[in-house]
Amino acid sequence: MIALIFRDLRIAIRVGGGFGLSLAFFFIIVIFFPFAIGPNLELLSKVAPGTLWIGALLACLLSLERIFALDFEDGTLDLLATSPLPLEGVVMAKALVHWLTTGLPLVFISPFLGILLGLQNISVLFLVMSLLLGTPALSIIGTFGAALTAGMKRGGLLLSLLVLPLYIPTLIFGAEAARRGIEGFEIQSSILLLLGVTLLSWAILPFAAASVLRINLR
Amino acid sequence: MSFWEYANPVKFLKLSGTVLPYFSVFAALMIISGLCWGFFFTPDDYKQGATVKILYVHVPAAFVAINAWFMMLIASIIWLVRRHHVSALAAKAAAPIGVAMTIIGLVTGALWGQPMWGTWWEWDPKLTSFLILFLFYIGYIALWSAVEDPDSAADLTSILCIVGSVFAVLSRYATVFWNQGLHQDASLSVDKEEHVADVFYYPLLVVMAGFVLLFIALVLLNTRSEIMTRRASALLARRKV
Amino acid sequence: MAISAKSLSVSRGGINLLEGLNIELNSGQAGILHGPNGVGKTTLLRALAGLQPIESGKIEYSIDDVCYSGHADGVKPTLTVRENLEFWADIFGNHSIIEAAEQFMISDFLDLKVGTLSAGQKRRVGLSRLGLTGRSIWLLDEPTVSLDQTSVSIFENIIKDHLLKNGCALIATHIDLGLEDSAKIIDLSKYQPQLGKLSRSEEAFL
Repeated sequence: MIALIFRDLRIAIRVGGGFGLSLAFFFIIVIFFPFAIGPNLELLSKVAPGTLWIGALLACLLSLERIFALDFEDGTLDLLATSPLPLEGVVMAKALVHWLTTGLPLVFISPFLGILLGLQNISVLFLVMSLLLGTPALSIIGTFGAALTAGMKRGGLLLSLLVLPLYIPTLIFGAEAARRGIEGFEIQSSILLLLGVTLLSWAILPFAAASVLRINLR
Repeated sequence: MSFWEYANPVKFLKLSGTVLPYFSVFAALMIISGLCWGFFFTPDDYKQGATVKILYVHVPAAFVAINAWFMMLIASIIWLVRRHHVSALAAKAAAPIGVAMTIIGLVTGALWGQPMWGTWWEWDPKLTSFLILFLFYIGYIALWSAVEDPDSAADLTSILCIVGSVFAVLSRYATVFWNQGLHQDASLSVDKEEHVADVFYYPLLVVMAGFVLLFIALVLLNTRSEIMTRRASALLARRKV
Repeated sequence: MAISAKSLSVSRGGINLLEGLNIELNSGQAGILHGPNGVGKTTLLRALAGLQPIESGKIEYSIDDVCYSGHADGVKPTLTVRENLEFWADIFGNHSIIEAAEQFMISDFLDLKVGTLSAGQKRRVGLSRLGLTGRSIWLLDEPTVSLDQTSVSIFENIIKDHLLKNGCALIATHIDLGLEDSAKIIDLSKYQPQLGKLSRSEEAFL
């Protein structure tokens, strides 16, 4: 499985577009909010957690389609399915690579974007923590969605439609955690619930996604 | 004669054809009588005036909306485990009805809220959950249409229904959690229908029973048409090759 | 008996493609699947590989012994040949790619990106995966597509080599692989059901 992770990382880095594209998209979405709501920093700082979470969410969506599409087309998915590697492992490896190439970079650049939206020093920390705990959920849920639409021509829109409702719990808990931290309330319950959703997703979705892949490979 | 015999599509067509008229008639009777009773023969609420009567449509619609999804979940599991086509097609058939009920629930919720609290919409847990349910329904229906092979479509949508149910429950808790941050008076919520007085309760039950019968009738109708479509394409395939 | 199938039926898109198929291959034997386009060669091989379910019948073999190679090359264009092969070597537990590379005469371009190779060269890279798997039952779907005559001869030798090492192979191909004398020819057109025979799933609706 490690071999698969390294292979996909290598491909992601070589193709170039995947890596930087999501980051750029995240950046653009977040900057657009001040254009849309006005430059009042106080107002912006209030909506900063939500804005950054939505930006992260949409940026993750962008790179989902590619998770299985390439392997499906060039026949490698067939070969992976008939290899000693269990499909559940393939799914987890793919989700991990997606997080490493999309989710994690988002987490790193979020402090800077938070500042752009008027967040002060320590507030940024709450935001980063919520994104760090929540983005893995976005990756595995997205991978499940990508499995559902694997092999579909132009499945991108359907993928978004299927995945976005599944993102709602993570979005709510994540943004709440960031917001409550910034406003000085206790964040234990939000963080625990956020982590709970992430862990639950990683526990059940690899199996669901593997079943889905088997069906789509038929 | 076991219940499972009707898992055979052809037998199901025969049985459903016979019982469907009864369901439809009873559904219509109960809904109409319940609504008349509720609208005309109960007093106006001292606080909410006549608009409280809209609960006679809102509550049954919401009830069916959520239970339709539950029925789809059970039907999906039965399909995955026992491969009964009728089950898969019944789930497919129930979805549009569920969507319609969700929309009716949302609209009547808004109509109820407006004269009472001065706002067309309130992001309280109940209404928000229904909005989220609406999204899940749409995704489910979209997936059915997107997959060509009918058995694969049934498989994929069944898995989506199961996963979706887990996340729908998570969302429900999330919306409650989310609302804790609200500093407004929680009595703005349409959840308050729990305080419905007895005099309203009995006609409500009648209408709810009627809505359930209506749901069953519509699901039977839709499932029949799905089965007949599959039958037609099977006959065509047999002749074509 | 390396692989044995009795009364096998496979379907696609709700229609039975093949019925009552019997195949028996011993170690060291090759089977050639013949038949017109659309008869179900790909479907059959995929079913045997475990990628899709069979309609009915019994297959006796160990699925862990199977190595499947389909229509597509199965190589990643953005990676070098070496990286592609080492990946499969890691997955299947082998550690050296040198031998496999030499067999298919691709040692010269181990460090080139696969995307820069010609179609025939890509195919050879894909096929060299077979040697890395260490599995005995090879299911090959049109393996020599886009290979020139020299490469086809190399491939013939590789198959013969594999058979000598007690492996077996089931190959769907239109091309004369020079194995005809020793191999079992299976003409799939004999196993086609009457027109429009529906799969069990679709039959339920009639």
